[in-house]
Amino acid sequence: MKTIIQSWQIQRQQQTKVNRRKRQFTLYSLSVYGWALVRGIIVLGICFIILYPTLLKIFVSVMSESDLYDVTVKYIPKSPTFENIKKVWTAMKYPSTLWNTLKLSILTSVMQLISCTIIGYGFGRFNFKGKNILFALVILTMIVPPQTIMIPLFLHFRYFDLFGLISKITGSKINLLNSEWPFLLMSATGMGLKNGLYIYIMRQFFRNMPKELEEAAYVDGASMFRTFYQIMLPSAVPAMVTVFLFSFVWQWTDTFYSNLFLQNVKVLSTALSSISFDITQQIYWETGVEVSLSPAVSSMYTNTASLLVIIPLILLYIVAQKYFVESIERTGIVG
Amino acid sequence: MKPGIADTVKGYSRKKRRGLSLSQKRAMMGYLFVSPYIIGLIVFFAYPIIQSFIFSLNRFEIVQDGYKLIPNGFDYYYRALYVHPDFVRNLIEAILNMVTNVPLIIIFSFFAANLLNQKFKGRALARAIFFLPVILTSGVMRTVDSGDLLQSSIGLTQTDSSQGAIQAIELARVLFQTRLNPTFINYIISAVDRIYEIVSTSGVQILVFLAGLQSIPPSLFEASNIEGATGWENFWKITFPMISPLILVNTVYTVIDTLTGSSNAVMQLIEDIAFSQNNYGLSAAMSWIYFVSIMAVVGIIAWIISRRVFYEQ
Repeated sequence: MKTIIQSWQIQRQQQTKVNRRKRQFTLYSLSVYGWALVRGIIVLGICFIILYPTLLKIFVSVMSESDLYDVTVKYIPKSPTFENIKKVWTAMKYPSTLWNTLKLSILTSVMQLISCTIIGYGFGRFNFKGKNILFALVILTMIVPPQTIMIPLFLHFRYFDLFGLISKITGSKINLLNSEWPFLLMSATGMGLKNGLYIYIMRQFFRNMPKELEEAAYVDGASMFRTFYQIMLPSAVPAMVTVFLFSFVWQWTDTFYSNLFLQNVKVLSTALSSISFDITQQIYWETGVEVSLSPAVSSMYTNTASLLVIIPLILLYIVAQKYFVESIERTGIVG
Repeated sequence: MKPGIADTVKGYSRKKRRGLSLSQKRAMMGYLFVSPYIIGLIVFFAYPIIQSFIFSLNRFEIVQDGYKLIPNGFDYYYRALYVHPDFVRNLIEAILNMVTNVPLIIIFSFFAANLLNQKFKGRALARAIFFLPVILTSGVMRTVDSGDLLQSSIGLTQTDSSQGAIQAIELARVLFQTRLNPTFINYIISAVDRIYEIVSTSGVQILVFLAGLQSIPPSLFEASNIEGATGWENFWKITFPMISPLILVNTVYTVIDTLTGSSNAVMQLIEDIAFSQNNYGLSAAMSWIYFVSIMAVVGIIAWIISRRVFYEQ
């Protein structure tokens, strides 16, 4: 009798143990799935917040004016039209402006990539006197608002004179405004838009590369230049992709330097900021009537134009994002 | 005669004196690599910045083939600080705005980086979208979107009369019932209202944090898991200290980015005075005041944070 009760008790104990383990298992998996659900909602929400304005631009760009005032229209227009896009296309002179922008952005970003990689390598791998002071100046160039040096720079390129050499040879100073030269010269010397950041990224990357790699190359008899372009550069590609993407995008959407140096040449960013004015001008030339756009309509044109500005960048990003996102894991930007 | 030992030593030492040692050679190479930067620093930075300071002390007149400067003392500085109606107000507003935004951006980007560092389906896509604001809100796009009518009337940016406002009120009601400090609650509500602004300015910061998270050696987590640490403890005892140098980097970057961004009111004012009103001297004086205040702000913030940063070495 006693043994039967004992065995029953043991059985029961085992049963509760199994039950408890089962319950623990479900609780654990509940927390895992619960967090996955919460995380999914948060990620989707943030993605929505990021994408929403661009989606809105796409909807607005195909709306007609009557859709703007229609209360029942929120996103999908009732009478979709390509009229906006056509108007903005001609007002911006899209093909030629796009070509100007493309030329300028590629030239400057390639130049900046080359110069910042070289300078970053110098800061990251070599020891020389005054290095820390020079690097502190890199940070300082980031802090100084470009407005502080804009007038001297403007005059610098308006009356360009290389240590008095050019005026001696040609008799007068040359005007470099409205050409790519100011951008190229500043990019080549690592002084362009946000170049301090790029130098910083490249320096951090090279600093974290193992020293043995370089030493092995020396022992095998490679010169310092050869070590740079055959050993260090190939492994720096991820950081270089990041720098190139940043500099291309920021040059593309920059209005500051474009307004300063290119007053007669239109690029997309400057065309976008004057789009409402350009469209009223265009209507005036076509019909001879001076119109003033209502705020809603002018905003509609602005949104359409900004969509046109950003489409090439989004295409580039779709191509490059794989390398870009991958590069994060290997860039190792650590303070 | 056989060459004596003394001759050999002499020859050796002469040879050594003629060539450079490896470290000297490397220093030369370092200068060579950095030389484009040194040229740029002198021609396109030091020279213009000194000239801009000179402009701020002089009246500027354009004459045939060049310009002429008429000494003016510190008059432009006086005018910028005490006479101009908008400058000081804009300056203080810009700094206050920065002080409220920067903590939100840092917290959000740190949170987002931790989120994107976890493993889940569609992570690559989520990362690609999270970095999209680097493109979508750079330069002219930010300027155009910030004052846009349609974006704000049908969009979620600010004055959405129907949904956004009601939700914020609901949130406010719930928060006020918790009897927390009202200023703190108002801060959170304003953060929720400006969520797009915050999300759209934290692209680069997320990138930096994510790179930092990736570089924490996994062995640290393994060891602490064996010792029985929870995820919460892991976060505060490992992730946070390891990432703290990057909090400094990101804070400095965010401060600089918000204060020197092209949509900043002070920057627009300075540009406007130079090119619409052609008052180069006043503009130069203002930009110098602005530059010094940014330096001060960055210096103070960097000093405060760097005392709390943990460095591995």
